Amino acid sequence: MAFNYEKYLRIQKMPTLWCWGCGDGVILKAFVRAIEKMGIKQDDVCVISGIGCSGRFSSYVDFNTIHTTHGRTVAYATGVKLACPDKVVVCVAGDGDALAIGGNHTIHGCRRNIDITMIVINNFIYGLTNSQTSPTTPQGMWTVTQKIGNIDPTFDTCELAIASGASFVARETMLDPKKLEKIIIKALEHKGFSMMEVLSNCHINLGRKNKMVSAMENLEWIDSITTSKKKYDAMTEEEKLNLFPTGVLKQDLEVREYCDMYKDIQDAHQGKRAKITQDDFAKKI
Amino acid sequence: MATREIISTGNELAAIAGVDAGCTFFGGYPLTPSSEVMHVISDLLPKVGGTCIQMEDEIAAICAVIGAGMAGKRTMTGTSGPGMSLKAENLGLAQMAEVPLVCVNVMRGGPSTGLPTRVSQGDILQSKNPSHGDYKSITLCAGTLAECYTETVRAFNIADRFMQPVIVLLDETIGHMHGKAELPTLEEVKAGIVPRKKFDGPAEEYFPYECEHDEPAVLNPMFEGYRYHFTGLHHDKNGFPTEEIETCRKLIQRLEDKVALHEEELESYEEFMMDDAEVMIIAYGSVSLAAKESIRHLRADGIKAGLFRPITIWPSPAKKIKEHTDKIEKVLVVELNIGQFHSEVQRASSRLDIDGLFKVNGRPISPYEIVNKVKEL
Repeated sequence: MAFNYEKYLRIQKMPTLWCWGCGDGVILKAFVRAIEKMGIKQDDVCVISGIGCSGRFSSYVDFNTIHTTHGRTVAYATGVKLACPDKVVVCVAGDGDALAIGGNHTIHGCRRNIDITMIVINNFIYGLTNSQTSPTTPQGMWTVTQKIGNIDPTFDTCELAIASGASFVARETMLDPKKLEKIIIKALEHKGFSMMEVLSNCHINLGRKNKMVSAMENLEWIDSITTSKKKYDAMTEEEKLNLFPTGVLKQDLEVREYCDMYKDIQDAHQGKRAKITQDDFAKKI
Repeated sequence: MATREIISTGNELAAIAGVDAGCTFFGGYPLTPSSEVMHVISDLLPKVGGTCIQMEDEIAAICAVIGAGMAGKRTMTGTSGPGMSLKAENLGLAQMAEVPLVCVNVMRGGPSTGLPTRVSQGDILQSKNPSHGDYKSITLCAGTLAECYTETVRAFNIADRFMQPVIVLLDETIGHMHGKAELPTLEEVKAGIVPRKKFDGPAEEYFPYECEHDEPAVLNPMFEGYRYHFTGLHHDKNGFPTEEIETCRKLIQRLEDKVALHEEELESYEEFMMDDAEVMIIAYGSVSLAAKESIRHLRADGIKAGLFRPITIWPSPAKKIKEHTDKIEKVLVVELNIGQFHSEVQRASSRLDIDGLFKVNGRPISPYEIVNKVKEL
């Protein structure tokens, strides 16, 4: 039976403002299928987006939705989650949103390991505002702010999240929606901060001037720069240089989640447990 | 009326007031001279099942507070001028999306890093328009230790009534002042709590932003079966982005009018020895304490001086100011900035001969400086 998208999408807000052939819609559909498969009630989900093309994600899905200021999704989500720890809180951010203006919040969301799933839609460019350099724009590519070629070194979203302490880190592309749906389910199921990077296309504002004029050419490029983690791990450093591994890159089931730990603070203040000391933590420095 | 006495500081009283008023979420970032608000509330909130989190920066602190407010909690943050500057954009979102919160600003010398540990009243105009765009700020200013408590409590009820941020201004002197405060009983405070309005009809008949031209939005907490959209963009009755001409105009006009047409609900001021006053001193915050002392000296010297002290700073008590300035020739505004409220008194009074005594070196104004200035008038 065909999936009933109308249950989860705000159809009256369509058509979306996304360009024809944009990957954002594929990710949006994979996300709502994941929610349905997990049997989560729409009322129990909060989707928080920032600014940019991905920022409109929240207005198209029928959950409790927040369209925040640029880069602040994780900060808003932290307040929502601590206020309602039993609810499902999801951030959707672009590469500029999550790694440039909101980089600090992304790092600290990962560090706290608060139970938020953050979907970073990485299309390697500022799309909505017409082709400015993003922290993931490959060096040497054309951007409207570096027309002679971008020199700015890039961030690796997943490496950043791993280093910052996120307990679940995964990468997928929008090329395989079924696989994407499955990995989003894993991210949502994980208790702790889940970083889910999804590589997507922007043939209009990245591709147009970088020899990927059509969506297909842009998607072929994404395919050419990704490989499964299993294959990636078996490669030499030279082979790894221009590839992103996909799949679950990190999952730590031992590290404690922030809202759970805050419950200890409440319990200690209410005399239900002793004060928190270094003995409570295996890692002491 | 029964009261209770607490020996405390202004910052601590603001924190206690928050918890007594039903605040269950505080998001903050350390900032002198306001940090004690967070020091105290971080102990108090978990005791009552609430949450206090020190965020990674001032911006994150206000964002977390707004998020918790969207989830229906009474929320609070504490900061000082540099933090207000950083919070400005998201205070704008809270104005636009109509999310209530209380922001305590303990003023220090500015601009920029300024004089971190010294007193100032330099954030008066900032608190009127912290963010870009049109909206009507509500700002209360504590002039006594007891008011650090009572004005914070009042701020929570106002925030929920008008569905927007309310700024409580303390200054470094009053924030760090230590002494006895006579407060209303906890029972009285609890009985006075008026929570925000909720819609309890069927979800399909719920339009959070569809309201009268001078009324705030009715925002049900998230996760209770009323799914809608929050945004900082111009939005329609369900909160969804729109550029429709009339909807945009009506929204911004309503943000203005929901406060402007109900200013009488917010008006609050103190008049001290004003009945026969021939000289009116206008001062607020800690400066008003020096002003009162100066008035006692002036009266002993035969000069009939009185004090008008705005407690609600924005919207300003403009009508009351005009009533006085129409009758009293000699008017002196005393403040720890270069005439920020003075310009409002000029506006309210339609007079350009209002005198001022200003100081911006981080030191308080002494009663004798005021006495000497009044004698020069």
